[in-house]
Amino acid sequence: MCTGRVDIAFVLRAFSNGADGVFVGGCWPGECHYVTEGNYDTLFNMLFTKKLLEQVGINPDRLRLEWIAASEGSRYAEVMNNFGKQLKGLGPLGSSEELDAKTLKLNLQALTKLIPYAKLVERERLRVRFKTEQEYLEYFASDEFNRLFEELLVDKLAISQIMLLLREHPLSARDIAKNLGINPAAVSKHLSSSSRLGLVSFDEEQKCYALAAGA
Amino acid sequence: MDNSLVERQLMDTSVDRNLGDVLIVGGGISGIQASLDMANSGFRVYLVDKAPSLGGKMSQLDKTFPSNDCSMCIESPKFIECSRHPNIEIITYAEVDEVAGEAGDFKVKVTKKPRYILEDKCTGCNICVDYCPVKIPDPFNQGLSESKSVHIYFSQAEPLVTYVDPETCLYLKEGKCQICVGVCKPNAIDLHQKPEQIELEVGAILLAPGYDTFDPKLRTDFGYGVMENVVTSLDFERILCSTGPYDGNLLRPSDKTHPQKIAWIQCVGSRQVIPGGNSYCSAVCCTYTQKQVILAKDHDNGLDATIFHNDIRAHGKDFERFYQRAEKLDDVRFIRSYVTIGREIPENKNVTIRYSTLDEGVKEEEFDLVVLSVGLNPPKDVERLATTFDIELNEHGFCKTDPRNPILTTRAGVFVSGAFQGPADIPEAVVSASAADAQIGELLNKRRDRLSRERVYPEERDTSEEELKIGVVVCHCGANIGRVVDIPALVEYSATLPNVSWAGENLFACSTENANQISKQIVEKGLNRLVLAACTPRTHEPLFRDTCREAGINQYFFEFANIREHCSWVHSKEKEKATEKAKDIVRMSVARAAHLQPLKEFDLPVNKTALVIGGGPAGMTSALSMAEQGFEVYLLEKESELGGMARNIHYTLDGMDVQEYLKGLTRKVYQHSSLRVLTDCRIDDVSGYVGNFLTSVTAEGRVREIAHGIVIIATGAEEHRPTEYLYGESDQVVTQLTLEAEIVQQSDRVQKAKNLVMIQCVGCRQEDKNYCSRVCCGQAVKNALKLKEINPEMEISILFRDMRTYGFKEDYYREAADKDIKFIRFEPDNKPVVEVAGDGLQVTVPDLVLGQKLELEADLVVLSAAVNPSDSGPDMARFYKCSMNPDGFFQEAHVKLRPVDFGSDGVFLCGTAHYPKHISETISQAYGAAGRAVTILSGETVTASGSVCDVNVHDCISCGACITCCNYDAIEFVETPYGKKAKVKEILCKGDGLCNAKCPTGAIYLKHYTDDEIFAQIDQAIREEVTS
Repeated sequence: MCTGRVDIAFVLRAFSNGADGVFVGGCWPGECHYVTEGNYDTLFNMLFTKKLLEQVGINPDRLRLEWIAASEGSRYAEVMNNFGKQLKGLGPLGSSEELDAKTLKLNLQALTKLIPYAKLVERERLRVRFKTEQEYLEYFASDEFNRLFEELLVDKLAISQIMLLLREHPLSARDIAKNLGINPAAVSKHLSSSSRLGLVSFDEEQKCYALAAGA
Repeated sequence: MDNSLVERQLMDTSVDRNLGDVLIVGGGISGIQASLDMANSGFRVYLVDKAPSLGGKMSQLDKTFPSNDCSMCIESPKFIECSRHPNIEIITYAEVDEVAGEAGDFKVKVTKKPRYILEDKCTGCNICVDYCPVKIPDPFNQGLSESKSVHIYFSQAEPLVTYVDPETCLYLKEGKCQICVGVCKPNAIDLHQKPEQIELEVGAILLAPGYDTFDPKLRTDFGYGVMENVVTSLDFERILCSTGPYDGNLLRPSDKTHPQKIAWIQCVGSRQVIPGGNSYCSAVCCTYTQKQVILAKDHDNGLDATIFHNDIRAHGKDFERFYQRAEKLDDVRFIRSYVTIGREIPENKNVTIRYSTLDEGVKEEEFDLVVLSVGLNPPKDVERLATTFDIELNEHGFCKTDPRNPILTTRAGVFVSGAFQGPADIPEAVVSASAADAQIGELLNKRRDRLSRERVYPEERDTSEEELKIGVVVCHCGANIGRVVDIPALVEYSATLPNVSWAGENLFACSTENANQISKQIVEKGLNRLVLAACTPRTHEPLFRDTCREAGINQYFFEFANIREHCSWVHSKEKEKATEKAKDIVRMSVARAAHLQPLKEFDLPVNKTALVIGGGPAGMTSALSMAEQGFEVYLLEKESELGGMARNIHYTLDGMDVQEYLKGLTRKVYQHSSLRVLTDCRIDDVSGYVGNFLTSVTAEGRVREIAHGIVIIATGAEEHRPTEYLYGESDQVVTQLTLEAEIVQQSDRVQKAKNLVMIQCVGCRQEDKNYCSRVCCGQAVKNALKLKEINPEMEISILFRDMRTYGFKEDYYREAADKDIKFIRFEPDNKPVVEVAGDGLQVTVPDLVLGQKLELEADLVVLSAAVNPSDSGPDMARFYKCSMNPDGFFQEAHVKLRPVDFGSDGVFLCGTAHYPKHISETISQAYGAAGRAVTILSGETVTASGSVCDVNVHDCISCGACITCCNYDAIEFVETPYGKKAKVKEILCKGDGLCNAKCPTGAIYLKHYTDDEIFAQIDQAIREEVTS
């Protein structure tokens, strides 16, 4: 099994279970034990996951990827101690993010629900293959990537969050925006597109949105 | 050998005969490897060791360089493999007395020394040891700790039974005391046991008796045996080891305190032409010392380490980097100086060492502990060995061998492997073992599969209707885990976990006896999953999967919980927390085990044709050996002529005529009826997998496809083209190969040269090529000596960084110095300068001793150019899916124990494609690769892993995400009733699981590492979540 087997879902599952940090250790680029160079896939997946975490307000530093060879015991210890210290500095998951437990849970749930779609988007639109780690970092920081990310994933994620929120009880657009920390205009946009798709309905009396029957 | 003789021998079952194919003498790593290779290629083996257990010297080492693997951990699984193998009979504590007969038909008398223990009754329970009143120095721990007169040789010993030391046993000495007899419940002690003689009949004999370390007591000048804090390097291995005298605490003998200043003295007993010393270089000490320094610093980062050395000989693969790693550590000093032991300081038992440096002159310094890096001697009983087997020894007392075939002894049918050939490290001992397998296979080919038997496992139990019954075994790993983790508490906790029906503990789960006990528990308790909380799957998973098979359950029901590397080793100072963490790890594993599914491995037929790529000595030797063993072989060469780089080499240091040898070898290759040679050959495409490769080649303009079962890569190496020292600008600057050609052609300028300067390390041991080319020092000495033969008056200077004439080559280095060849050392940051001066050249080099510039005239400057990896490497790596190291040489599967295998099955490696090496070494490795290849070719089938991917057709949305990420081309679309769906070609799947992480719907899944299995572990990782 290769580090490339580490699924976005594994990382999210650990955070959902209350982990304050997730560490992924892989073989150094260029030293793949398979011929697949799967550690580059790991690099992509984890940078992508960081981006997704950031989108729901979770500090991406809580996910750490490092290259450590089997013979580098002391480096491993150093990295883990450093990561431990860093996490202690950040405090429990949600605290440094100023997310309450409920929102945290909802956000991670929304992300988890988005994984199949995110993987499709990754395959169809985002996947790149570079030779160096630097190129990956530059790509993830590029306007091009961020435009695609915004266009393909951010709205979907927000809708996923809204749906989960409404599952509990109907809310007004304003409350939704407040709850999720998303700007109200965007929420209105998502709500109108979702109601067009028949996913949510507006209760005129209560002045709030609710999940459409069957959605 | 006469066919009818074979028939007669093998058919005669009328009497009770001990009939085998091969007798292997010596159960160290070389003997073990040879036994396994031969037993796996259809021969029946007797493995005889004079020690009470298998293991040899490797079992006494703490770690192995340069990977720092735990030595016992990588060796002991092989003990069990031997003991479980139906074609290997192990006879320990025994010596060979008589050998009669000839190749193909030996009659051998073996005497089993009395253990005073009935092996079949002893359970290894150690009760006799507890009660024995006689304390003796523990031989396995080099006498640094105590054992009893009756004891087990070491905890993982094979066989795991006690033996009585007749020298110290009160009953055997004086007829007093029989306490042990009384306390032994199984009545296994027999103090009247007599030696037992066994007669064996075999076709061939392999000598792998190993070596003994140099005994510094013989020369009193090292203080060994007099000063308590002077130890040998083998003593120090035991001190470092967690199963050693101080449970792995780095202490010194005198007062059991942590030494803060340790000195190592190199070349003790080696490179010394004095009475009691050895003139040769022991070849392994430089690197094992660096290993010990790294390990000592791991134990205690604050300590000071000083290494007093002569040349640093880092001539092996990855040794140069290993040396740099040791050198870069804080408070580590490498000091180039001869030393003498000064005195022991009475108050604190510290030891002083006198040494001298260029800057500071003679100094005397005090150390807490001094380690003597002792060399390798021939086995102590070598004379007796030589007489018994009627073989000749060389002038150093090692086995006399032929450089053209270092596996042969002077007696036909008797072969040699391991350090008895001369000082060797572990991979060399393993390679020569496999090489012996190949040559014995050639000799005994007609009897292959006649006496051997298949391993029979009990039928696998169908557990599909059973409720989950998980067994948990917690291993102490001696003190490794037991000293840190509270094992009884962990066992108790494990028993409370869901689905666990039994939990127990073991001192060493990997000892043969304990592994069998686990197997018994599975059967008796009706377990259907096994969690072992112990060490790492990297070394021990195959062993315990096999244990599950022995117990009749699917081997994929085994799950490892690593509480050593992941817990006790890293948290040794926080015992309580470590115990809690161990519980977490076990809980996670138990959760995963509940999801494990039985998987089927599948057998694939083997195409019995071999393909060898590269027609140098390596390729030709391995091809010929496989052909001699009855297999069809294709040998591919890219040039129009066979011979490779060896065509440019004419003679060797030990006097071999290379061209003559090459001619003979080439003739044999062309004449062999089952060997086909394709020259001017290019590989276009490769498909397939172990047992069934298909390689498309274009040879002499013709395209053809070769179906083959295995491939050996022997693509060789090239001489570096220097870019410095006026090479290419002045035609008086040449490389060693050019010089050699001119010596042979008797060129005028060589014949008449008055002054000649050689420069070493040209193009390697530098940042962009951070390795030593291994052969150049020997090559320079060889050519220098040849020049002195031509013209004794010639002034020859060799400018070097470290002379690396390892092993017996040291004698030639000394001879060169005696013949007035000047050896001048330089530092890499102050290299020699070559300039044109009149008709000749002038070489300027700083004199490190006098601090001045030395100016040397030269008619010729000869550069010892590096050995570069062949440029065809990356193509081969891509075609056969094998990896390369950062230097561009191929990367073997395991540097110590699988030195000619690749990670990808069915692909093997030999010659300079692996790393630069001398011709004899290449030949040995080529036979080694042939031996390994034949373990596959001689079988009917190969087994492929069950942990491969599969697709749930209903979830597949045909997006192709999996197909695009699979470099093994193991996934394809197929038409199904539900449309086009992904399908896994299981035999091509290597189980990396990339596709699994890419699949949007989870349709494709990696068996044994499914989402369910991994989620189960993640969910149990955080305890708060469990309890809340």
